[in-house]
Amino acid sequence: MEWKFDSNSPIYIQIMNHIKKCIVSGEYKPGEQIPSVRELAVEAGVNPNTMQKALSELEREQILFSKRSAGRFVAEINKDLKGNISNDIILNFINEMHSLGYNEKEILDLVKESLKKEEK
Amino acid sequence: MSTLVSIKGVKKGYGVKKIIFEDLNLEIESGKIVGLLGPNGSGKTTLIKMLAGILSVEKGKILINGNEIGVKSKSEVAYLSERIYFNESLKVKQVINLYKDFFKDFDEDRALEMFKNLNIDINTTIKKLSKGNKEKVQLIMVMSRRAKLYLLDEPIAGVDPAARDFILHTILKNYDSEATILISTHLITDVEEILDEVIFIREGKILLQENADKLRQEKGQSINEVFREVFKSW
Repeated sequence: MEWKFDSNSPIYIQIMNHIKKCIVSGEYKPGEQIPSVRELAVEAGVNPNTMQKALSELEREQILFSKRSAGRFVAEINKDLKGNISNDIILNFINEMHSLGYNEKEILDLVKESLKKEEK
Repeated sequence: MSTLVSIKGVKKGYGVKKIIFEDLNLEIESGKIVGLLGPNGSGKTTLIKMLAGILSVEKGKILINGNEIGVKSKSEVAYLSERIYFNESLKVKQVINLYKDFFKDFDEDRALEMFKNLNIDINTTIKKLSKGNKEKVQLIMVMSRRAKLYLLDEPIAGVDPAARDFILHTILKNYDSEATILISTHLITDVEEILDEVIFIREGKILLQENADKLRQEKGQSINEVFREVFKSW
C-alpha cells in the first residue's frame, strides 16, 4: 500500500492508520516482523522520530509488539481493529454526504446504486 | 536528546546601519531534523553562516556540541551552501579526494555508492554536469560526512521535483540520531513531512519553535498553511 499523507493533520496518526490498514488487509500478517523504524521512515518519506512515535503508539495499542532487540512484530489481529477502521471511514463518509445536503435515506439509496454498478 | 546548538544574546549586523539580529536566543537539540522557515531576508542564511563559522557575531555566544565556533566546531559541522561552491574545472573524483583530505569524518564509500545510484560518473568535470546534478553532487558530498550538525541552505530550491525527492530521500536515509539537520527553506510543502521541528523566523526574530506534528494538531493545518497565515503581509 502506497504511503500518502495529508499535511493538515499529525503525520504520526496517519502513519498509524496506514499500518493498521496494512494489517487488516493482510499485507502485514500476524507474527510477521515489520521493517525497522529507519527503513519504514525512508519508505514513507517521513522523519524517523515521527515514525518511531507512531510505532510506539501502535505497541501501546497492542497492535505491534517488540521482541527485545529483535525488532517489531505484528500482533494477532484484534477483531475490533477491522471494525474500528471501517467505522472511521463510514463516519467520515456520512459526514461529508451530510455536508452536501443528503439525508439518511438518500445516502443509503446512493450507496446501493453504486454497489449495484460495481457488481456489473 | 541533549542540546547541540546554543545561541545566547547574539547581535549581528552588516556595517553600521543594518541590524540582522538584535538579541538572538535559540537552542536546538540533537537527533532532530529541523526546518528553519522564513521569508527572504529574514536572517536564515546569516544564522546558518554564523553556525558554520563563516560569519562572526558582534555580541553573544554560540556553542555547538559544547564548543565555541572554531576549528573544533567546524570539524563537526557540514555546511551546504545555496550556491555551487566547487571549483567547476575539477572532476567529481578530485572533489572526493579534497573532502577526504579536509575532513576526517568523510565517508568515501557512502559517497561513491550514492554517485553510483545516480549514474554520475566520478570522472566527469563538474562544469559539464547539469545544474540539477551539480546540486546533487554538492549534497552528496555534504551528507557523506558524519557530522554532528548539518546546515542545508535551500537544498531543493533550484531543482526539479524528482531531484527534490531524491534529495529529501538522501537526507532521510543518512539521518543519524546523534546528529541534527537544520534545513533552511521557503519550499515548505515539499519538506514538511520530514521535519521534527519547525522554527519560524522573521526580520531576525524567532516567532515560534515547535514540534511539527504538535503544530499541525494545534492548528488543524499543514505547516505550510500555518506559515502563510503567520507571514501574511496584507
